[in-house]
Amino acid sequence: MQLSVDIAKTLRAGERRFHLRMKFQSSSQRIVIYGHSGAGKSLALKAIAGLMTPDSGQIQLANRVLFDSATGIDIPPQQRQVAYLFQDYALFPHLNVRQNIGFGLKRGWLNSASDVHDETIEYWLTAFELHAVAHQYPVQLSGGQRQRTALARALAPQPQALLLDEPFAALDPALRTRMRQQLDELQRRLSVPMVLITHDPDDVDFFGDHVVCLSEGKIIDRYIEE
Amino acid sequence: MAAATPDLLWNLPSLVFQTPDSALNNSSTLLMESAWIALGLSLKVAGWATAINMVLGIAAGYALARCRFPGRNFLDAMLTLPMVMPPTVLGYYLLVVIGRKGWIGAWLHDSFGINLIFTWQGAVIAAAVVAFPLVFKSARAAFEAVDDQLEQAAEVLGASTIGIFFRVTLPLAWRGILAGLLLAFARGMGEFGATLMVAGSIPGKTQTLSVAVYEAVQAGQDDTANLLVLITSITCIAVLLVAGKLAPGHAGRNRE
Repeated sequence: MQLSVDIAKTLRAGERRFHLRMKFQSSSQRIVIYGHSGAGKSLALKAIAGLMTPDSGQIQLANRVLFDSATGIDIPPQQRQVAYLFQDYALFPHLNVRQNIGFGLKRGWLNSASDVHDETIEYWLTAFELHAVAHQYPVQLSGGQRQRTALARALAPQPQALLLDEPFAALDPALRTRMRQQLDELQRRLSVPMVLITHDPDDVDFFGDHVVCLSEGKIIDRYIEE
Repeated sequence: MAAATPDLLWNLPSLVFQTPDSALNNSSTLLMESAWIALGLSLKVAGWATAINMVLGIAAGYALARCRFPGRNFLDAMLTLPMVMPPTVLGYYLLVVIGRKGWIGAWLHDSFGINLIFTWQGAVIAAAVVAFPLVFKSARAAFEAVDDQLEQAAEVLGASTIGIFFRVTLPLAWRGILAGLLLAFARGMGEFGATLMVAGSIPGKTQTLSVAVYEAVQAGQDDTANLLVLITSITCIAVLLVAGKLAPGHAGRNRE
């Protein structure tokens, strides 16, 4: 995957101002954006997904220009074909696992029925061993099941890239190690490029083919070669 | 004939109540019959007013919860005003607006020959205006309580703006909105002041339960008043019980 990000954004909250200035390019399949909380990591990921509009700059993913302030291009999030895994998963609480996974496969004004049958949904239920809980609601799931459901929901529409926001922060240490291995294996199998943001050095060691270090909204160290 | 359904609706209770021995006990039958008619009319007026508020209240609540624009707080205050203003003042405003010589009323009369004053449709408008803040306030609070990250998740998954509203935002806010709608229905049932000023008190046409109670007391018909008060109380308690069951936080998997 070719990802190039060159963006600037200023946020104001009362008196305080936060400047995000970020420029990096990568053709790695696994990019880790590393930094302490408040360093602007989430903003960077939101900008790639289209959930935050930078003040200026350009974002290019796999030879597609997603955002370019110079030419006025700003592709809406719906058409960017990226998957986004939120830190607390953001599963739809009113939909069961089956409906959550199928959400991105359906268009229109209505949600699919609670017993919706779809080959893609079945595939992901099997792939993530979620058949047993397919009819349960997010509040009834364990942490690991929630994350698997969120991953399945994100991957079902066949995105061009997977964006992960602190994917292991909500898990306990033992589960964290296991989920890291699962994600590692999954990423290799699907060969879907991923961008992961984290404040955990262990994640950097595990996934960091290409590491971007952020501090106070600026890149401080561009490459850490493994 | 468009009027057939509503007419049948409020005639239905009296039809149901027609018993073979009605001739034996004529005066009490007549009394009951007029009470049922008043109840039917109250339900019809409150029902239509709630239906109108469902559309307008949800739209206004969503707009104020999500859009930032100058004058937002002022608009919120204006839309809440009917809740705190005396119903007679509202009734007067309504006469100024939809009365035969009012801004909209004159236009309706001249262009379409429609007259709203002293009709049950006028009573619907009065009840809708009075109960509107209940729906609007609940809807705004319910929409503001929806986690915007869920909407962002839906956006990235490809759902359109309308799709996000109907598939994520509205279902998550629905419980709170429904509680507001039931309160509005109960408020519409009890509406008196504005209704009396706009629709008057024509038995069988615009005389709702609450207006009928007032008329009965004024005329010294204690039996009628007792019966009407009983019916009104039971109906309002039933509505409030249902509203309480649906109130946010009472039960269910509303939030993750």
